[in-house]
Amino acid sequence: MIFDDEPVPGYPLPILPGHSSPGRLERVLRAGVFTVTTELDPPDSADPEEVYRRARVFDGYVDGVNATDGSGANCHMSSLAVCALLTRAGYAPVMQISCRDKNRIAIQGDILGGAAMGVCNILCLSGDGVQSGDHPQAKPVFDLDSLSLLQIARMLRDEKRFESGRKLTFAPRVFLGAAENPFAPPFEWRAERLAKKVAAGAQFIQTQYCFDIPMMREFMHRARDLGLLENVFVLAGVGPLKSAKSAQWMRTHVAGTHIPDSVIARLSGAQDQAHEGRRLCIDLIHELREMPGVSGVHVMAYRQEESVAEVIERSGVLGGRIPWFPERDQQQQPERIDS
Amino acid sequence: MIAMRRWSVRHARGLETTYRILERVFVALDPLWRRLGYRRVEAPVAAVERVVKGLLFDCRMCGQCALSATGMSCPMNCPKNLRNGPCGGVRANGNCEVDPDMPCVWVLAVQGSGRMREGRATIRLVQPPVDRRLQGRSSWLAVARERAGSIR
Repeated sequence: MIFDDEPVPGYPLPILPGHSSPGRLERVLRAGVFTVTTELDPPDSADPEEVYRRARVFDGYVDGVNATDGSGANCHMSSLAVCALLTRAGYAPVMQISCRDKNRIAIQGDILGGAAMGVCNILCLSGDGVQSGDHPQAKPVFDLDSLSLLQIARMLRDEKRFESGRKLTFAPRVFLGAAENPFAPPFEWRAERLAKKVAAGAQFIQTQYCFDIPMMREFMHRARDLGLLENVFVLAGVGPLKSAKSAQWMRTHVAGTHIPDSVIARLSGAQDQAHEGRRLCIDLIHELREMPGVSGVHVMAYRQEESVAEVIERSGVLGGRIPWFPERDQQQQPERIDS
Repeated sequence: MIAMRRWSVRHARGLETTYRILERVFVALDPLWRRLGYRRVEAPVAAVERVVKGLLFDCRMCGQCALSATGMSCPMNCPKNLRNGPCGGVRANGNCEVDPDMPCVWVLAVQGSGRMREGRATIRLVQPPVDRRLQGRSSWLAVARERAGSIR
């Protein structure tokens, strides 16, 4: 998909009527095509080239790249900085903001700063507890929760003011997202929680890893009954599992991950478990694509990011569409100059 | 104490009624509070509130009580202070991601709210960010003052 109003990389797109951001991700979602986002593992480094190298592996396969904010409560380059680097090259990052490490003064400043650097998408998260990361001795902040963060971000954008009421001279034009986990208790209340997030300002959600299609379907039914699906884009979380052993490890160690026994059995029965993990991921993507209300997938492939391109390619969900990347339109550039 | 928290959630409906009566009493006593001075009664009332709610809910005295909207399960006991619903890390057995021996306060909140008259509606309300200045102050007096002020 090449937009008619394609800007010079690093510059914003014009904001279309009914859109809240000048970003590609919102454009693609609102165009109604099956959308793919992924997650960039931020480096433990101050070298910008490491960020670009990690982004390039997704070139041509994703419509948005999440820059995680100390995910798993581990220390890495900040999401704001990763996003600032990515927007310079023209990428469409999703800036994750967790409530764990910053209070509302710092967070509101980051939203303005991120938007000033070209960030068009913000994902509002509560954040993992500090006990799960590499600095369990750190002070957990949690001044806001994901919902009050959404409310405040929307206030900055739509009411052009800080939580304190003080006016902004220019509002951050951002597309607001949140996370949801349909696979954790209290199951029967998860769609209600999504309703609260939508009421607080969420325009898209990315879910936790989905390995259980019946549970996801149940969640989507409830969300539809609550009338949410007209108001929020749902990107279902998926990811390739490396082996039965790593799946076992994930389900005991990664908070909120639900992996049914049937998945573990399928992997352990395979000769090449990594290959089977990617095939399972593709099967899940196909099932999710057919599920009403699912607008796309969010592919999480921690420490195997290079497999994202393969999984998306083999799944065929892009239908021949090539999401934007820095060199994509280069062949067309001379033509444009000639004409 | 977690056993008391569970008891409070099981008796959420009775506590809801008790709270409604208590609120009326506190509002009716507004002339007395004003005569004595809200500032002067703050400390003793807060001390009583701390003991009573500490026993029933493990109350953290945030000073802006949300129990009626959280199924009588105090959200400030959540290690992430989540006041709008559970995080995505709740364990399969319904326990907390951070403290594996504690039931998730939001799993309890959903149970409690289902037992209350208005709980199912109030749990859907989006709670604003916490005002950290109110930490340690009496919620009861704050409600009495606000309601009485709006009636007057």
